[in-house]
Parts: sequence; C-alpha cells; structure tokens
Amino acid sequence: MAVAEKRTSPNNLDQNFGGEALTLKPESYVRMVWRRFKRHKLAMAGLYFLLAMYLVAILAPYIATQDYRAVDPPNRLKPPSREHWMGTDHIGRDIFSRVVWGSRVSLSVGFVAAGVAVTVGTVIGAVAGYFGGWVDDVLMRFTEIVMSFPTFFLLLTIISIVERSIFNIMLVIGFTSWPGLARIVRGQFLSLREQEFVMAARALGASDARIIFRHILPNAMAPIIVSATLRIGSAILSESSLSFLGLGVPEPFPSWGSILNTGRTYLRYAPWITTFPGIFIFLTVLAFNYVGDGLRDALDPRLKD
Amino acid sequence: MLNYVVRRLLQMIPLLIGISIINFTIMHLAPGDPVLLLSERNATPEELARIRALYGLDEPIHVQYVKWLGHVLKGDFGRSFVDGRPVMDHILERLPYTLYLNFIVMIIIYLVAIPVGVISALRQYSKFDHAVTFFTFLGQALPSFWFALLLIYAVGIKSNWLPIAGVATIGVNVKTSGLWATILDRAKYLILPVTVVSLGSMAGIARYMRSSMLEVIRQDYVRTARAKGLPEKAVIIKHALRNALLPIVTLLGFELPALFSGTAIIETIFSWPGLGLLSMRAIFQRDYQIVMAMNMIGATLMVLGNFLADILYVIVDPRIKYS
Repeated sequence: MAVAEKRTSPNNLDQNFGGEALTLKPESYVRMVWRRFKRHKLAMAGLYFLLAMYLVAILAPYIATQDYRAVDPPNRLKPPSREHWMGTDHIGRDIFSRVVWGSRVSLSVGFVAAGVAVTVGTVIGAVAGYFGGWVDDVLMRFTEIVMSFPTFFLLLTIISIVERSIFNIMLVIGFTSWPGLARIVRGQFLSLREQEFVMAARALGASDARIIFRHILPNAMAPIIVSATLRIGSAILSESSLSFLGLGVPEPFPSWGSILNTGRTYLRYAPWITTFPGIFIFLTVLAFNYVGDGLRDALDPRLKD
Repeated sequence: MLNYVVRRLLQMIPLLIGISIINFTIMHLAPGDPVLLLSERNATPEELARIRALYGLDEPIHVQYVKWLGHVLKGDFGRSFVDGRPVMDHILERLPYTLYLNFIVMIIIYLVAIPVGVISALRQYSKFDHAVTFFTFLGQALPSFWFALLLIYAVGIKSNWLPIAGVATIGVNVKTSGLWATILDRAKYLILPVTVVSLGSMAGIARYMRSSMLEVIRQDYVRTARAKGLPEKAVIIKHALRNALLPIVTLLGFELPALFSGTAIIETIFSWPGLGLLSMRAIFQRDYQIVMAMNMIGATLMVLGNFLADILYVIVDPRIKYS
C-alpha cells in the first residue's frame, strides 16, 4: 500500500511532459528499499539465514534423518556421530531430527505471535491516535496498564492457567507484547492525521475506516514493519523460554526450547543436547534483529539511531 | 513543581486500580479449585465448604475483589495456598537475595555500559564502535538461559572453578572463616548469575548511552566550548558527558521494577533463593495468592518507576518544563 502512494509510474510522467522523450525512469519505492537494504551486509546474511531456516521448517520431513519421536534406549546420550549428527537425548532420540522439526514450532510461533501483537497494537494505536479525545485516553490508559505488568511474568501467569497448546502459546505471547507498538502507531497517527492528504480524503467524503486504513496506515508502515520484524525475534525468545521452563508446546513434539529443557538435566553427561538447539535460537533471533535493523535503515533513514 | 508531582501521583491511582482489576480477573479465570489444594484428598463436602468460607472463596467475585484490595492496601496479600504462611512473609524472606543479586548487577551494568557507550560515540564508525555494535546485537539475541547453561558447563562442570548453584557455602561465614574468606566465598557464587543477568541489559544501556552522547556532541554548546579553545578533555567531560548522562539518570527510575523481578529464569537455573525462584514455584504449584502478589507488586513498582523517572528528569534537566 505504501508503494501505491509513493510510486510515480513512468507512464504518468510521459503524459505530464507531453510525450517528451524522458529517459529518466523513477525508481519504484520497493526497489529503492531493496537497493538500500542490500547495502547492509549483515542484514542480507540474516535474510539468507532466515530463508534457509524457513526452507528447513517446510521441508522438515525430508531433511530430518530419523523419526523425531523414535526412542532408542541402547543409543541414549550418544555424542554427535555419523548417524546422529547432533547426538541423541536421554531416551535415544536423534537431536538433529528434533532440531529440524523443532524449527517448525519456533518459526511459526514467532511469526503468528508477532502477527497478533502487530495487529492488536496497530488497531489500538491507530484508533487512539486517529480519534483522539476520550477514545485516546481510554485506550492509552489500558495500554499503560498492560505495559506495567512484568511482561515475562504475566506471560508465565497466563500460560499456566490456559490449556497448553501451540495455538494458545501464540495467542498469549501476542496478547502480552503489543503495547510498545500501539504507542509507536499512535504517535505516527497523531502527526499524520493533521496532514493535508487526510483533509483531502475527508473532504472527498471518505469514511473514518477508509482514511485510517487506506490513507494514513500506508504512510505509517515503516516503523510497523521494522517493529514487526524485531518482534518475531523476541517472540521466538519468549517461546523458547516458556518451553525451557516446561510450559511450552507439550511433548513429544519438539521445540528448540523444550530440547534445551531436556538437555539441562543431562548437561554433565551430554552437553550436545543443549548446545545445538541453543545455537539455532541464538542465530535465528540474531538474524531477525539484523533484518529489522537493515529494514530500518532502508525504509526510513531518519529512524537510524 | 509540587503541583506537577501531585498531579502525577493522582494520575497513578486509576492506573493502579486498573492493574489490580486485571490481575484479580486473570487469577480468577484460572481453572482448578484452590480449595482442593488446601484440603485433604478425602475431605467431605462440609469440610470443603468450611475451607471455602475460611478463605472467603464463597463470596461473589466483586466482594472478594474489594476485600482483597482492602487487605493489599494494608500490605496483606493473604496466605499461601500451599503452606498457609502469609504471602508477605514469603516475599520478605526472599527479597534480600533478589535485591543483593540485582544491585550488584546494576552497578556492573552501569560501570561497563556508560564508558563503553561514550567511547563508542566519540569514535563513531571506528573499529571499537563497530565491535560494540556487533556485541550489543549478540547480547540482545543471546538466550540467557542457554548462555547460563553453557557457562555452567564450561566453568562449573568441566573445570569446577565456580559453584553453579546457591548463594554461599554452608559453614563459611565471618565467624568460622574470617571476613575475607567469607567475601571471597560469596563472590564466587555471584560471578555466574551476575554475568548472565548483566550481559543482556548491558547491551541496551550501552547503545542508549552511545546515542545520547552522539546527540549531545553535535550540539552548538559543544561546538562553542571547542571554539573557545577549551582542551578536548574538558569539552568531553564537562560539557558533553554531563549532558549526555541526563537521560541515563532517568533510567534509574526504571531500575526499580528490575531490581525486584526480572530474573525468574536465571534464579531458577542457579537455584538463587530470591523472588524469581519463589514466583516460579508459585506458578508451578498454582499458588495464586503468591502469583497475584508478585504481579501486583511488580506492576506497582513499574508505575512508581515511571513516576520516579519523570521526576528525576525534571530535577536533573532544568530545561524541561513540568507542565
């Protein structure tokens, strides 16, 4: 949407200039962002890493060398070897296959939880900033209340009282992490709603919903996209922490955090159980943070530092 | 000024009421009847009813809320569902350990993060600056529980250099081993948890310090100081640093809730007998009274911390108008 607003198509230019030979083709917004993004080497590395990880998650059944549930007691706590690239756990399950399948949980929870947080945060922030007055007061007081709770502890509290399923975990992480974004979006809306293009849209009789979603929101997208990217990383960290504490997706389905939880007990004898899933959590979150940083530089250079 | 303080204090009231309502509601949506936790397994219905009445669990929810709030205002968070002791006793027993750990963490964070941020800003885009940026990214992405396990394996299990759980060696105290041996013993227990807890927040504060410093050294008054021929050292320390530290001082307000909570996972991993471990256990045992108290105190401290940060900001920076 942001694209449609800012792009000037070459055809229009031709008409405006009465068909004069104009060779300079303006660059599209997306292409300009991509060009700037590409300059950020670590962000590109992060992007490639994430693409590879998503591919692994999608192709998990073909990449995993063994059944992630297959118990093999004689081969318990075996160090990495040719058959078990990352070793085996306390009941002989193959860590490599569990890490590969676990990527599905971590990546999908990160994505959906961030999606929930961004949706809730954007709607609340947009409505508060656009309408102002008592609507703003009520919504922002509510945002402050949610913000005041110690985030991770609130997350733990709610997780411990709802039924544990991957779906609930996504929702609860999402519903406890939107306030920061709501404030950013509200700030954007407060300044954008005074601009002339909003007045123009209103004069043309556009409805509030149309002005919010079609006119203002596209112009407020840059910080939302950046924050969404960073939020995926932090949602992955939250899910791993929950699973590490034994409050995540129930066994036998693996997640990186729950493999770590198993490994904790056997740290002395089998450190590989903790090492490998941890590396993947670390690199994935790092990659999302770098991509977010690259997007910030590319979308709006003014946002830098 | 007084006006501003009073108004900010009044604004906190609806916020705290909202927090208490949400907290209370969440805990009462919880499944599982606490009465069953409190009673013998083969209790008769009459006995269950008696326990229910004893804890006031038979009254309508809004009555329970008002009563609970009344007690909370007097500092009474009820009794633990698990062992029947007052929640406040549990909390006061654990508080010193958490304060002790987090206070040391706080000192270390600021001691390291402020100079690092300042140097990084003064030599923007130098190798040092790039290295700092790189490490702050690493620090922010590092799962603390994983890092804790790696450290435990490397220096606790493999090489046996440091103890991996608890706060002190039994039998080592000032009377038996003398002052220095005791301090050394306590320090050994601190190293691992302090390292893990400080690393994550250090990254953020160093970055914050860096951008604050960068903003200040571009100001006109710094240019003026240079122009009038002051030595670079005086320009940086007297004119730039003092101003760049202002926003950092206000961060102290936000440290208030962090001192209290913040490290539940790490306390669990290192068996540190503080509030984090208490609340983790309460969550697993469905000891709602303790969970409610921890949420309530944590949120209240956050509100107070915000208030404190605002006040500090006005105090340290006379340019800010408190309207």
